[in-house]
Amino acid sequence: MSILKAALPEKEIITHVKKLDGKTPGGDLQDKWSKYKSEMKLVNPANKRKYNILVVGTGLAGGSASATLAELGYNVKTFCIQDTPRRAHSIAAQGGINAAKNYQNDGDSVQRLFMDTIKGGDYRAREANVYRLAEVSTNIIDQCVAQGVPFARDYGGLLTNRSFGGAQVSRTFYARGQTGQQLLLGAYSSMMRQVAKKQIELYTNKEMLDLIIIDGQARGIVIRDLKTGEIETHTGEAVVLCTGGYGNVFFLSTNGKNSNATAAWRCHKKGALMANPCFTQIHPTCIPASGEYQSKLTLMSESLRNDGRVWVPKSGDDKRPSDEIPEKDRDYFLERMYPAYGNLVPRDVGSRAIKRVCDEGRGLGATGRAVYLDFASAIDRLGNKNISDKYGNLFDMYETITGESPYNKPMRIYPAIHYTMGGLWVDYDCMSNIPGLFVLGEANFSDHGANRLGASALMQGLADGYFVIPYTIGNYLANNSLDSVSDTADEFKVSIDEVKKKNESLLKIKGSSTVLELHRELGAVMWDLVGMARTKESLNEALEKIPQIKEKFWNDLNLQGTENNLNKSLENAARLADFIELGELMALDAYDREESCGAHFREEYQTSEGEPLRNDEKYAYVSAWEYVPDSVSILHKEDLNYEHVEMTQRNYK
Amino acid sequence: MSDVINLNLQVWRQENENSDGDFHYYSMKDVPVDISFLEMLDILNENLTKSGVEPISFDSDCREGICGTCGFVINGVAHGPMARTTVCQLHMRHFKDGDTLVIEPFRATPFKIVRDLVVDRGSFDKIIQAGGYVSINTGNGPDANSILIGKEDAEEAFDSAACIGCGACVASCPNASAALFTSAKISHLLQLPQGQVEERARVKSMVDKMDDEGFGACSNHGECEAVCPKGISIKNIANMRRSLIKSIVK
Repeated sequence: MSILKAALPEKEIITHVKKLDGKTPGGDLQDKWSKYKSEMKLVNPANKRKYNILVVGTGLAGGSASATLAELGYNVKTFCIQDTPRRAHSIAAQGGINAAKNYQNDGDSVQRLFMDTIKGGDYRAREANVYRLAEVSTNIIDQCVAQGVPFARDYGGLLTNRSFGGAQVSRTFYARGQTGQQLLLGAYSSMMRQVAKKQIELYTNKEMLDLIIIDGQARGIVIRDLKTGEIETHTGEAVVLCTGGYGNVFFLSTNGKNSNATAAWRCHKKGALMANPCFTQIHPTCIPASGEYQSKLTLMSESLRNDGRVWVPKSGDDKRPSDEIPEKDRDYFLERMYPAYGNLVPRDVGSRAIKRVCDEGRGLGATGRAVYLDFASAIDRLGNKNISDKYGNLFDMYETITGESPYNKPMRIYPAIHYTMGGLWVDYDCMSNIPGLFVLGEANFSDHGANRLGASALMQGLADGYFVIPYTIGNYLANNSLDSVSDTADEFKVSIDEVKKKNESLLKIKGSSTVLELHRELGAVMWDLVGMARTKESLNEALEKIPQIKEKFWNDLNLQGTENNLNKSLENAARLADFIELGELMALDAYDREESCGAHFREEYQTSEGEPLRNDEKYAYVSAWEYVPDSVSILHKEDLNYEHVEMTQRNYK
Repeated sequence: MSDVINLNLQVWRQENENSDGDFHYYSMKDVPVDISFLEMLDILNENLTKSGVEPISFDSDCREGICGTCGFVINGVAHGPMARTTVCQLHMRHFKDGDTLVIEPFRATPFKIVRDLVVDRGSFDKIIQAGGYVSINTGNGPDANSILIGKEDAEEAFDSAACIGCGACVASCPNASAALFTSAKISHLLQLPQGQVEERARVKSMVDKMDDEGFGACSNHGECEAVCPKGISIKNIANMRRSLIKSIVK
């Protein structure tokens, strides 16, 4: 092993010497956001209508931002790739949304939600952003209830909560197993109200393919009409990117088939820094892959771990059906390994534990890549009816897919790629290093560090859109004089040419490998070598293999059809081209970070108990990568200074 | 993978909104029964691409039955033969070896065919824009627990709010009525105190919009409820009518 290591060539990474500044306001942590709000510059109501804001994406972040900015009086243009904004992938979030309401009187507070999030993220998030997130969390619930979101309630009519991983309080609000859907429909309905008032111009079936920068500021976008293939341009005073995460780099993930990184990646190629790309979350409870034609993986909400118990047979040789295995021959390994949190350990901890027992040869079924999630004791305790009220739709979904009923047989689950903590780098204002380009929700990197806690993605998307951007965008617009720009400017012409050429060149290759085959190939490399556990060797191998896939893609792609019509293969090919480049950067980022933290697990760096071993001395920074054409990206570092939190080893035992 | 079946497919193919379409015939060999219907079409599209034919356009996203993106008609039934199931959640184990499957897009005047099986359901947005919301600006919500809502009311509101906007109801209705879709939103808001304030204006405006967009009238056929993948009940339509009468009478 050591000889092999020595023989590996060291990758040369150029580090930019000037440290990045997250522009966190001064003062006490608790007062930073109120101080910011009271000191920021405002745009007066009459002037707001002079500003055009381009919002890209209509998930929780984009939907809430569009609605709120329009309510304030800005002219908003909103773009989405779907036939209606209500289909954005936020809709598939199941379990819930966190908020420090302390309705359960169980000791919750803004401080505790902040601490749980920082700790859950393994001390790799920016302190002030996380505090602000916890602070506005309570407003989100008020807002959503006022919109008519039908959260779960008790008989007395009050809101009820459930627990999620990484927390010892019940602070998760939920609407059965369809919380994302209900929150998204809330944001969507607020958006529709503004569309009716003509305060939002809505553009559906449009994909952003480039960012236009004029005089150093983000001033427009180039989009493709997915129905006609026409390339169009829009100008504005700011661009708000809300295009979600990049989990589909792995091909098989819980993301929607259309979730992609293209808009973000094209911004990156125009100069926006990409931060912590290797921080990708594996969700422990997904339905295991069944065969080679699998097109995506389906999540089973983390909320199931409130009542489900995770186990495998004690012996790998025990091939009896689950109901014939007595208690004494079962290993409830999460409860055994982490008695304090039990089945509710954070996602990264749970996923690795599952991988470990499967690697030991105790996994289930033909693939050996599955463990039980068992509801028998909860059903005994609470009855079928109660369990059905809580998880009915999840149980139905499981049965539809697998043909087995979780009421009678334990579920089988295995981890899958679910969320990406990394994303475009933003400062405290949620603005990227390109002035005027704001990035919200999963598309930015800011709040979850190296691991996101369950029910915090919905919280962050809505916090950014409802309660952060309406303030920070005003501050930007009021502080900057922005000359009017025209979409006949050279910058637009050059970009339109490039976008068209790129699509044409994809169609000209006329090779033999389909987009799906190449995507599967990339996914296999990413999952095996840049997945749940990484080593220097595996990352080196990935850094060799990904360029080979890129080469194959550009020389052997088989793409049918034309660019002047709806052509899903063309859309997917263009997105895959970007995924391949992003995949390489993810491997490079993981290679650079010679420590384990949160979901980033480098096997070389672990405690004797197999937990991630951080190296705060060397790696307490955000890696923000600058794109360099045809060369290795340059690393910019933002030091993480914890003024209010002591960095400790996470312990969920 | 244990079992496989052979299938004959007749798939509607249409270049764009304005062109004529027709059925194309494809035979599928050795389809594993554990895969989903859309995965079966993925395989067909791979084969077509390999043989130099443009793949069939069909829409899908979450493939978990919640986004409402997918949907087409299989042998005359929107989303196919299984109750309360979108096509992405429909698995091949429900079909028999040798079956002939006729696959067509959701057809209705307000749903324009974009290509092959893909339709644009943007007209649903127009209905929501006509009043499918509570008029509240961000930041104005009172403390969430200051609005008490009984558990049963919350559950019923949820049942209505569970609509995914896929359009199967419209495609299955002989009148291409959007009554189930529209009434689901109206009833969702009607069952909550937050939504009751604007009841009268909302119901009138949304129903008018439904007509403007070219959807037909409801004649209590009930097929919408039968095909709805989320089990939205036609009780919602009764609620909508009751509310509409109230808004006219008063």
